[in-house]
Amino acid sequence: MAKEKAVIRSDMSRFKWTLNEIRKNKVGYFMAAPFFILFFIFTVLPVVLSFLLSFTTFDLLNWPKFVFMDNYIRLFLDDDIFITAILNTLKFAIITGPGSYLLSMLFAWFINELRPKIRAVATLLFYAPSISGNIYMVWTFFFSSDQYGFVNAWGKKLGLLDEPVLWFQDENYIFPLVVAVALWTSLGTSFLTFIAGFQVVDKSLYEAGAVDGIKNRWQELWYITLPTMRPQMMLGAILAITGAFGFGGVITALVGFPSPNYCAHTIMHHLEDYGNQRFEMGYASAIATLLFFMMIGANMLVTKMLRKVGT
Amino acid sequence: MAFKDLKEKLIKYNNKRLQNKTQFTRSINRSKGGDVGIFIMLAIVAIIMVLPLVYAICQSLKPLNELFIFPPRFFVINPTWKNFSDLFNLMNDSWVPFSRYIFNTVFISVSGTLGNVVFASYAAYALAKIKFPGRQFLFSVVVYSLMFNATVTGITNFITMSALGWVDTYFSVIVPSFCYTFGLYLMKQFMESSVNDSVLESARLEGAGENLIFWKIAMPMVKPAWITLIIFVFKDLWNMGASMFIYSEQFKTFNYAISQLVTSGIARQGVSAASAVIMMIVPITVFVITQSNVITTMSASGMKD
Repeated sequence: MAKEKAVIRSDMSRFKWTLNEIRKNKVGYFMAAPFFILFFIFTVLPVVLSFLLSFTTFDLLNWPKFVFMDNYIRLFLDDDIFITAILNTLKFAIITGPGSYLLSMLFAWFINELRPKIRAVATLLFYAPSISGNIYMVWTFFFSSDQYGFVNAWGKKLGLLDEPVLWFQDENYIFPLVVAVALWTSLGTSFLTFIAGFQVVDKSLYEAGAVDGIKNRWQELWYITLPTMRPQMMLGAILAITGAFGFGGVITALVGFPSPNYCAHTIMHHLEDYGNQRFEMGYASAIATLLFFMMIGANMLVTKMLRKVGT
Repeated sequence: MAFKDLKEKLIKYNNKRLQNKTQFTRSINRSKGGDVGIFIMLAIVAIIMVLPLVYAICQSLKPLNELFIFPPRFFVINPTWKNFSDLFNLMNDSWVPFSRYIFNTVFISVSGTLGNVVFASYAAYALAKIKFPGRQFLFSVVVYSLMFNATVTGITNFITMSALGWVDTYFSVIVPSFCYTFGLYLMKQFMESSVNDSVLESARLEGAGENLIFWKIAMPMVKPAWITLIIFVFKDLWNMGASMFIYSEQFKTFNYAISQLVTSGIARQGVSAASAVIMMIVPITVFVITQSNVITTMSASGMKD
C-alpha cells in the first residue's frame, strides 16, 4: 500500500484546499442541513423577503407592485400613529432593556453570595414569573377597575383614592403599569446566564485581587468579576434587548388592542394591525424591516459598549 | 457512659458547626453589614416577585363569597377546589371539547421540543466538532438571529406558510420551532466547552461514523445542555397563545382557550386564576427538576468576541 503523502496547506491553492476540506468534512454539511434548511426558510428568507416586499404594495392576491420608497415615505410623513408607535417602542425599550439587564445582573450577583441551597430557592423565586405563562394576568386582578380590585379597594378604604381608578384604561397609568409588569417578568434567560456566569469565575482570582489591594465587594465586582464574565454579559445584553423590543404580546393581553388613544401602541402592534388585519403586506414589510434594523442596531451598539467593561 | 457519649456527640456537633461556619464565611472583601444588607434587600424583592404568584393561587382557591369581600383579603380563608371544577365545566361547554385544547398544547410542546433538540443538537455537533468550511459563517448568522425576534419574521412567514399550504395545520407551529436558534447556540457553546476533541478523535480512529459518535459519545456528554434545551423550548411552546397561522378552533392551544375565558368581571376571577395556576405549575415543576443542569449549561453559554 502506497504511503499517502501528508497534505499540508501550503501544498495547494486556497481554493483547492477549501474543496479538499469540503470533501473531507462533507458529513458536517449533512448533519447541519436539516436545521439550517428550516432556519433559512423560516428566519432568513422572511427577513430578505420583507426587505424586498417593503418596496412594493402587496395584498396577498395580486402580484406585488413596485413602488420604491412610497411605503417608507408614508410611514414617516403620513402615519401619525406610526410615529407614536416608534416613540412608545423606544421609550419602552430604553426603560425595560437596561432595567431588566441591571436587575438581572444585580440580583444574580446578590444571589451568588448565598449558600448553595438557598441560592437554588432564590433563583427559582426570581425566575418563576418569567416562565409562568400568562400569570401576568394576575396584575389585572390586582389593579382591577372595580372596587373589588385589590389596589382600588384598599386605596379607597385607607382614603388614598376618592373613587375607583380604571388602572388599565387610564392613559396616565397604562405605561408605568406595563413597564412594571414587563420588568417583573424580565428576569429570564439572561438572569440565568448571569447566575451561571458568577459561579464559574475562578475563585483564586479573588484571593489574588485581595493581595493586590482590592478592598470591598464593589471593587471586586468591577475589576475582577465583570471582566471575566464578559461573554455572559454579551449574551445577556442581546437577550435583554431583543426581549425589550418584543413585549407587545404582554401589552395586548393587559390593555387590549388598540390601547386607549394609542398610549401603549408599539411597532409590534402596528405591524400586526397592517399585516394580520388589513393585509397590506408591503406596508407591513416596511414596518418589519425598520423594526429589524432597530433591533440589530441597538444590539450592535450595546455589544460594542460592553467590550469596554473593566478596561 | 451515656454522659460520655453525649459529650462526644456535642463536641462532634460543635466541630461540624465550626467547620460549616468557616466554609461559608467568605472572609475576602466581605463586610458583615454588607452581607446583612444584601440579604434583607434580596428577601424584600423576592417577596415582591412572588406575591403576585401567591395571589393568583389564593384567588384560585377562594370560594365565590370570598371574592366579594370588601375590602378584599389577600389570603384565602376557606380554600375550595370549586374554581378548578368550574373551569373544567366551563371548558366542556365550549364548542371544541376541553381535552382537545390540552391535547393540542401537549402535542405541540412535546413534538416541537423533541424536534428542536434533535435538529439543533445535530447542527451544533457539526458546527462545534466537524471542521467544515463555512461553519463560522453559519454560526455568525445564528448569532445575528438572536438579535431580533419572531415579530419581524411573522408577516412574511405567513406568505411562506400559505405557499406551503400549512396555514391552519399543526405544521405551521411545530416545524418553525425545530429551528429555534437559541437552542443551537446553547448546544454549540456547551459542546465546544465540554466535549473533548481527543475522545472524538480516538473514536474516529476506531472507525466509528460521525452519527454513531454523536449519539453514543457526544450526546451523553452534553446531557445538561439538552435538558436545558428541553425546558427552554418546552416553556415557550407551552405558553404559546394564539398563533396567527391558525384559525380553526380545533387546532388552538390551551393557553389561547383559557385566555378567552379571562373576561373582565369579578365572578370569573376565581376561574381565570385557576387557569393561570394550571398554566404555571407545569413549567415551574420542569424548572425545579432541571435547575442544576440549566445552570451548568448557561455557564458555558457566554458570547466570545
